[in-house]
Amino acid sequence: MLDQTALQRVARSVVARPSRGQAVVGVLLAVLGFAAAVQVSEVDSDDAYSGTRREDLVQLLQSLSVAQDRAAGRLADLEETRDALQLSTQQRQAALLESQERLDSLRLLSGQVAAVGPGVRITIDDPDGTVGAATLLNAVEELRDSGAEAIEVNEAARVVAQTWFGDGPDPADASLVVDSRTVSAPYVVEVIGDPATLAEATAFPGGLTDEAEALGGTVSVVTSDELRVESLAPARATSFAEPVT
Amino acid sequence: MIAVLGLLVGVLLGLFLEPSVPLALQPYLPIAVVAALDATFGALRALLDGIFDDRVFVISFVSNVLVAALIVYLGDQLGVGSQLSTGVVVVLGIRIFSNVAAIRRKLLHA
Repeated sequence: MLDQTALQRVARSVVARPSRGQAVVGVLLAVLGFAAAVQVSEVDSDDAYSGTRREDLVQLLQSLSVAQDRAAGRLADLEETRDALQLSTQQRQAALLESQERLDSLRLLSGQVAAVGPGVRITIDDPDGTVGAATLLNAVEELRDSGAEAIEVNEAARVVAQTWFGDGPDPADASLVVDSRTVSAPYVVEVIGDPATLAEATAFPGGLTDEAEALGGTVSVVTSDELRVESLAPARATSFAEPVT
Repeated sequence: MIAVLGLLVGVLLGLFLEPSVPLALQPYLPIAVVAALDATFGALRALLDGIFDDRVFVISFVSNVLVAALIVYLGDQLGVGSQLSTGVVVVLGIRIFSNVAAIRRKLLHA
C-alpha cells in the first residue's frame, strides 16, 4: 500500500546527480548530527546533580555544610584527645626513663649488676697477717665517703650496704671474711668512682696507707680509666621491712 | 544521498571527537538541535510532497535554530528560561509529530 509516487521521488532524490543545493543540505545535516551527538554525550557525561532542582540543591548544600560542621567539631575533639594522649605519653615516657635511671643506679649500688668505669685498684699486701677487718672496714668507709660507687674485694666479694667484714678463722694466715666469703691477702680492692678523690682518700695522714703500714702491710694504689667490677652481691629478700607507700 | 552521508559524518564526528560544549552555548544547544530536527522533518515531508526546495530548507533550518536560540536567550534574560525552553520544545515536538504524521500518511496512506 505504499505510495509509489512519493517513494519514487525519494528514490530519485537519493540517486540524483550531486548538486550545490544537495551539498548545502548535506552540510546542514552534518551540523545537525554533530550537534545532536555532542549534546547526547554531554548529557551522558553530566554528573548526577545536573537535573536536580534548585531547592533540592540548596537543601543538599545545607545538609552538606551541617555535616561538615559536625565533622569539623569531631575533628577538633579528636585532635584534643590526641594532644592529651601525646602529652600523657610523653609524661609517662619521662617517668619511665627516670625510673629506669633510678633502677640502674639502685642495682649498681646494691651490687646486682656488674659495673664498669674509672676508679682505683688498691692492693693491700699483708705478709704478717696483721691487717684485719677493722682496717679494711675503715678503708671502705673512707672510700664511700669519697664517692665510691662500686667496690669489690679480690674480684670475689662485692661490697654493698649490707656487707660485713670479719677476721679470718686463723688470725695468723692473713685472710678475712667478707659476706661469709673468705678472701686472702693480698687484698685487691677495686673501686669505681672519681680516681683522684679515691686515691686521695687512701693517702691522707692516718688513712688506709698509714694504718696498714703501721700494722706491717704495704699499700699500692693504681688509678685506672676503666675498671670492671664483675662480682655480684647476693640477692637479699627483706622479711620485716616494707616500703611505706 | 549527500544529505544522508552528511548526517552520518556529523554523528560520527560528534561521537569520536567528543568535544565539550562551551559554557555559553550549553543552554542553546539542545533547543537548537530540536529546532533543526523540526526543519529536517519538514524538509522530508516537502520532499515526499514533491515541493522540496533546498533554498527553503536552508533558510528554514537556519531561522529555526536562530529563533529557538533567541527565545531561550530572551527567556534567560527574563528569568523564565527553563519554562520558555520547555515551551519551545513542546511546540517543536508538536510540529515534528504532525510532520511525521503527514509523512506516514503520504507513505502508507494510514
